[in-house]
Parts: sequence; C-alpha cells; structure tokens
Amino acid sequence: MPPNPGRRDVLVGGIASAIGLGLLDGCATVPTAPAAAAPSDLVDLSLEVNGQRRALRIDPRTTLLDLLRENLGLTGAKKGCDMGQCGACTVLVDGQRIDSCLALALQVEGRKVTTIEGLARGEELHPMQAAFIEEDAFQCGYCTPGQILSAVALLAEGVADSDGAIREGMSGNICRCGAYPNICAAVRRLRGRG
Amino acid sequence: MKNIGDPLPRVDGPAKVTGAARYAYEWQVPGMAYAVLVTSNTARGRVLEVDASAATREPGVLAVLTPQNAMRLPGPTQGEPPDRVVQALQDDRVYFSNQPVAVAVADTFERAVHAALMVRIRSEPARHTVRLEDELANAVPHDLIAGGRSIPADEARGDVARGLREADARVEQTYETPPETHNPMEPHATVAVWEAPDRLTVYDSTQWVFAVQRKLARAFAMPKENVHVIAKFVGGAFGSKGSPWSHVLLTAMAAKQVGRPVKLALMRPHMFGMVGGRPHTRQKLALGARKDGRLTALSHQSASATSRFDVFVEGCALQARHLYACPNIESKHRIVRLDIGTPTFMRAPGEASGSFALESALDELAVALDLDPLELRLKNHAEKDPIEDRPFSSKSLRACYAEGARRFGWEKRSARPRAQTREGMLVGMGMATAAYPGNFAPAQALARMNADGTALVQSGMLEVGNGAYTVMRQVAADALGLPVEKVRFDLGDSTMPEAPITAGSISTASVGSAVLLVCRALRQRLEQMGASGAASYAEVVQRAGGAPIEERSKAAPGEERKRYTMLGHGAQFAEVLVDPELGMVRVARLVGAFACGRVLNARLARSQLMGGMVWGIGMALHEHSVYDEKLGRIISRDLADYHVASNADVQSIEPILVEEEDTVVDPAGVKGMGEIGTCGAAAAIANAVFNATGRRIRSLPITPDNLL
Repeated sequence: MPPNPGRRDVLVGGIASAIGLGLLDGCATVPTAPAAAAPSDLVDLSLEVNGQRRALRIDPRTTLLDLLRENLGLTGAKKGCDMGQCGACTVLVDGQRIDSCLALALQVEGRKVTTIEGLARGEELHPMQAAFIEEDAFQCGYCTPGQILSAVALLAEGVADSDGAIREGMSGNICRCGAYPNICAAVRRLRGRG
Repeated sequence: MKNIGDPLPRVDGPAKVTGAARYAYEWQVPGMAYAVLVTSNTARGRVLEVDASAATREPGVLAVLTPQNAMRLPGPTQGEPPDRVVQALQDDRVYFSNQPVAVAVADTFERAVHAALMVRIRSEPARHTVRLEDELANAVPHDLIAGGRSIPADEARGDVARGLREADARVEQTYETPPETHNPMEPHATVAVWEAPDRLTVYDSTQWVFAVQRKLARAFAMPKENVHVIAKFVGGAFGSKGSPWSHVLLTAMAAKQVGRPVKLALMRPHMFGMVGGRPHTRQKLALGARKDGRLTALSHQSASATSRFDVFVEGCALQARHLYACPNIESKHRIVRLDIGTPTFMRAPGEASGSFALESALDELAVALDLDPLELRLKNHAEKDPIEDRPFSSKSLRACYAEGARRFGWEKRSARPRAQTREGMLVGMGMATAAYPGNFAPAQALARMNADGTALVQSGMLEVGNGAYTVMRQVAADALGLPVEKVRFDLGDSTMPEAPITAGSISTASVGSAVLLVCRALRQRLEQMGASGAASYAEVVQRAGGAPIEERSKAAPGEERKRYTMLGHGAQFAEVLVDPELGMVRVARLVGAFACGRVLNARLARSQLMGGMVWGIGMALHEHSVYDEKLGRIISRDLADYHVASNADVQSIEPILVEEEDTVVDPAGVKGMGEIGTCGAAAAIANAVFNATGRRIRSLPITPDNLL
C-alpha cells in the first residue's frame, strides 16, 4: 500500500492531456511538435480486466481509459476531462483507485483492472451500486461509475471514519448534477459493514 | 393505485450504476473513424493558412478538414433563434478564441490526436475586446427568448423616479456576475453515420434531438426525415446542449468527406467558448421603500455580454416584473457585443444571475430600514402580478418562507453582523426568495397497448438527469391504471412524437401533460372496446386481433397563459462560516423550501432541487470563466482552474417540498424543478456572508481576497 492511499495516484499524462496544456490551439505559437508524437509500432500488452486475462496489440500511446472504452468496449469508464481532474474515469488497479485517463495502458501490464462492468456479481448488484440507487446518488449518471468505484476503494482504504472524511475522500470525483449529499449517504450506508 | 408522487427509485438506475447506460460517444458502428478539433488561439481575425501537410502524411490519418478544403454546405447553417450561429469551416473568419479552425480525422483516437497536434495555423489577428466594461457604452436593448417565447427587453409600470423620491430609504447599487461555463461531466459528443448519400444517422449528446435533426437537414439540404437523431442518455447538459453547436455539423461533414462513420467529442478545454456559457452581467438596482418596508420603487437594469455574430440575452431583470408588490417598476435588458463565443441558457438563465442582484439589494434595503430581511419580503408579497395586473395560477410563497424559516431556525439569526462565532469562525445567516416560470410548450406523445397487457409510451424528450424515464412512466401508469412495471417509457429519438427542448424546466410539465393526455385517450379507447379495468387490457387487444392499440396526443398551452402569471416559488436560507483570518467561506447549511405544483416523484424532485442548490454554492463561491484580456481567451479552461463545487464544498443541503395544487398551469399540474433550486441561492449565501462579516460583496464569486 502507498503511504497516502486517500489520494489518487497520478501516473503519467496520456497524450490527450497535451490538449489541456493548450498545445492544440494556435499552433503558430508552438514551435515544435510535442514529444511522444512520433507514431510507433504496435506493442503487446497483457493484463487482467474484470477477472479475464486479455492479450492485445496496441498503440503504445493508448491510455488505460481509451483501451477500456475503445479497444475493449468497456464504456462504463467515462471520459470527462482526460486530465485527471474529474474522476469520471476512475477504475481499480489491483484494488486501488486511479484515474485511468492518466495511466498509459502499458503501465498496467500484468495487473488486475476492475471496471464498473466487473463490480456486480452477475445480476446481483454490488452493495455500493445498490446503495447509490437507493440514496438517489446520481442524476445524469455520467460520473456514477467513477463515483462508485472510488467509494468502494475509499471504504477499503479504511479512512472514511467521518462525514468530513467521506466528503474529502470523494472529492476527486466531480458530480456536476450536484448529488454530493446523496453520494455521502450511500457511502455512509455501507461504512462499517466490512 | 397511486404512482404519481411515489418516491420510486430511478428505473434507469441499474443501467447507470453498471455502466450499461450508453452515452453518445459510446455507440459502436463498424469502420468508425475518430475526429479531433483544432481551435484558434486568435480571438478575432482571419485564418491565413492551415498547414496540415505533415499531419496528413502520418499513418492512419484520413483527412484534415480546414477552411480551405472543407466541403461547402449546400444549405444554411442556422435556423430560427435560439438556434445558434456556428462556425463550420465555411469561411476564414475567426470570431473568438477556441473557435474550431480544423478537424483531424484518423482511424484511431491516438492517431487523430497526433494529427491534430501537428496541424499548424497561420492567422492574421485583429484587435479584440473581451472586457464588458470596454463596450458598456455601446450597450443596446434587445428582446429576450425565455421559456420558448419572445419577451420584450423593457417593461415598466408607474414612475420609478417618483417612487424613489417618495422613499424613506433607498438602495442604488451595481452588482456583477462573472462569465460561467456549464461543464456537464459528459463532454459534447457526436457520432455521424451516413447510411446513404442523403441519409444520416446521428448519436448526439443533446437536449433536443429535433433541433439537431433540423439543423443537419437544413445545412445538408435534405428532408428532415432523412436525418435520424438518437440520444438515449445525456451526461448532463444544463443548457449547453440545447442548441446544436459547430461540432455537430463538423462531425457530419467529416464523415461525409472521409466516407466512414466518424465520432468526435470535445476535449474539456474546447468546452470553454464554443458551446456557450452564462454571460458576464452588470446589473444596476434601485430600490425605494417607506419606513414600514413597503416598496415605492423597483428598478432593475441588466447589461449582459454576447458575441459579435449572434445574440443571447441573460434575462436578469425578468423577476423584477413579477416578484414583489410595488407601484413603480422598471426592468430593462441591454446586450454588449464582445469577441467571445456566444453565451447561452445556463441553469436558471437570468433568474440565477438576476436574483443575486435583486435579492442582495433587498437585503441591503432591509439593513437600511432595520427590518428583518424575511419581514421585508413578506411586507412586499405580491398577491397578483404587479406589472401584468393579473392573478398567479398558484402561489405558495408564504408557505415556503414559513416552512423554510422554521426548518432553518431563522429566528436564531442576529441582525447585527459579526455577532455570532463558532469555533473561531464567523457565523452568518442569510435568505433570499426564489422564483422560476412554470413553463409549458407544445409536446406530443404516443401510447400503445400491447396484446400482453403491457404499455409502451414514447416522446422524443431527453434523459439528462431529470428522471424522465422514471417520472413519465409513473404518469403513464397512473393514467392507464397499470402498475409501473407494466409500462415502458422510451425517449431520445427523432422518429418519436415531437417534444420541446429538455431545458428551461419545460420538459416534465409539457411532456408529462402529453403523456397524461395520451394515456387517458388510450384508456378511454380501450374502455370503449370493452375493457373494464387494467386487468382486461390484454384480453381486449387480443379480441381485436392482437395488433397493438395506439393513440397519439398533443398537449399545448392555451389562453390561460394570458390570464395568469405562472411561477414556481421558493425560499432559500443559508448559514455560512467565514474564517476571519483567511477569508474562506464555507456553506454550512442550505435550506430551500419550494412550491412547484404537483410533485411527480418526491425522491427525484428533492435530488433535482438539491443539485440546483449545489449550483448556487458554485455560483456564490467558485465559478468564474476567467478571461485573459490580452489574449482574449478563457484561461480557466479546465476543471482544475474552473472551479465547481466538489463533494468537500457541500455540507448540509436540505430541499423541502411545499405542497401546492395548480389546476391551471398545465394538464399535469407541474411546474418544472430543474432550475428553481439555483434561484436565490447565491444571494442567500452572499447575504449570509454580509451577516457574518459586515462585508457586502456585490461581485461574484466571493473569493477569500474579497473578505480580507
């Protein structure tokens, strides 16, 4: 476990985050093409997604988020900002929550990834999924998979010992519909259930 | 059986919590290509050259659309307002920073991004202005569009100058709200699939499939039936997806030019400018009152920013026309043209920004008169619409004040600022009135009874977090006398009966009414065919041959809209804690009591109001699209720099539903609740900040530097 598990792991910015740095607009002011721009040959990647071993050949620039959404069709992981600022892309890697837009797919070689599609047991919802429905902890639903995975990890981190700690621990996941009080209620419902 | 009002959990909940709900960008079509926008950093001028030669040599790159090589659209790119003027590479003009100037298309997302990064733009900049102050002298009156209808820029009654002369106390102040950006969590996205040279299927993140259909059909000069628009789930919108913007046309153009299906999502930074936002406003308030608190004059004059090439008017001064009893009222709207992207409707457009000014000014008047702010509002409670001189279809504002004040504990407030502290923090309490129109626009729906006794109901509205799938099913089940499990409601498809825009708190009231009417019609038809109760529907359909029995209906507002003023009302109460050393403001509690006609689902209604109130916190304390005046662009253009309320910013939010029956507003008796939660919330917080600190902040957001 890392020393500060309450904080989101920030890995390496994917290529798309270059756009956030303003490289896309007004390219006249950008004298050279950014590094990592050269197209590369495909590379092999093997990882476990939702309990299934997957072997793929991918563009090495592919982020974990784009791998899940575009290559594997697991669109439950959402793209909200592509810069690690909104949490919509949160997935679990070896049980720990990360922003999948900030991880290159190659960085999770050999590791276990859990997405929202892998959380329920068949037809039976994970208790956190059920709690989100019961507490009406979402509206449009776009941030919801990230919120739920973040909440599951937060409880595993064992630091959600007060309402303030839940709020702080869930603050890496923005909900623009404003369902925060209900999100906290859903997390509170499961806290202490082990 | 009674389904309406039942706090049923969202029927689309399982889809949303498992990742099964499919948003626009997530539709898969074989052969899909990826498009990425390139935008200008010039705020005004011309594109001299787009050099895409290096980009197009890269593997997998299919095309780079530029003003030079993009297809010429055979039809106009704009329809009737509020359809927006868009920039679809049809000329070389640059009107604002972050305007699309090229589109890179490749066979994978990574390659499209790479290509976009390699495009070089050479442009000729012209002098630009993005500062409201610089152009205020050129402000001009302009009529508004609100709730789907045109409203005059100015309205007045009586003589405000005389009312101010006769007043014992006056408040004359200027208030300011900053430009804001909607930032729904789902970026705008479009998937365009040409099924044939003149047949287009589009998956779009939109609040109005019919507007997307019309814009595409017009631009590509096709019958509208040839454009099929689908949107089953929309990841938040708040007004920013109400008009189809440039990227919708560009995606369809790209798909046509490369001969493959193309999908495009805006990058988060692209969302600052080209898809609207709440405009910067400057509002002048003049209030006069007698010693006892009765208003003698109310003047609200608003100037709001718009673009050089299109018009949006923020209706800040509309509430002044209907909210308080006063013999002398004037309400004026001006627009100021700047070199910015066109602003647009943003959650409670006008009401949110206008109520900050009006309700702050009333708080100042209460201080001047040494009256309790709630008492001042009760003194001026309007029994009828003061400008139109006509009754309200229903009004439960007194009950909202009473219930809100009781639950909040308003009587514990000290009138004197800086009088209360808690654990070293200054405590302040403030309140404000909330109001939002009970809008209603023509809506159509169909209802079909199947041979197995289940019903299908359809209307082309959208699910944007409003709970449409759930509440429409409840309305239909009630009207048909069926349990909700036997009814399916479907939406988000341009082949369905036409619904109004899912915005402006219009949609639940309007489509709810259409669904109610069509289900009543279907029930009547089935009863005429011999049905006696819901249990016999299946048998009746089978006896008639087994083919589904279908009815179509339309709900539309009538003459009653001329005889009554229709508003939802509410009362907002805020408690803030202010750090006296650091100037940090925390909203400890926000209590809002709202009366909006019939509540279709209490659980979802509370959520919607809660979300609106959270937006009030963002508006009061966080949100600001900051322009760099020299560069002419928004520099706070991601979610690290553009602050919205996060979980840690939101403590206790208590929305209260106040019972109200309205038999006039629309057949469903519903006044929409999507926006009223935001109305008055920022003012209540700002008034609480004054109560805590003695500092009156007249310009949002209230950041710590204002309080040091």
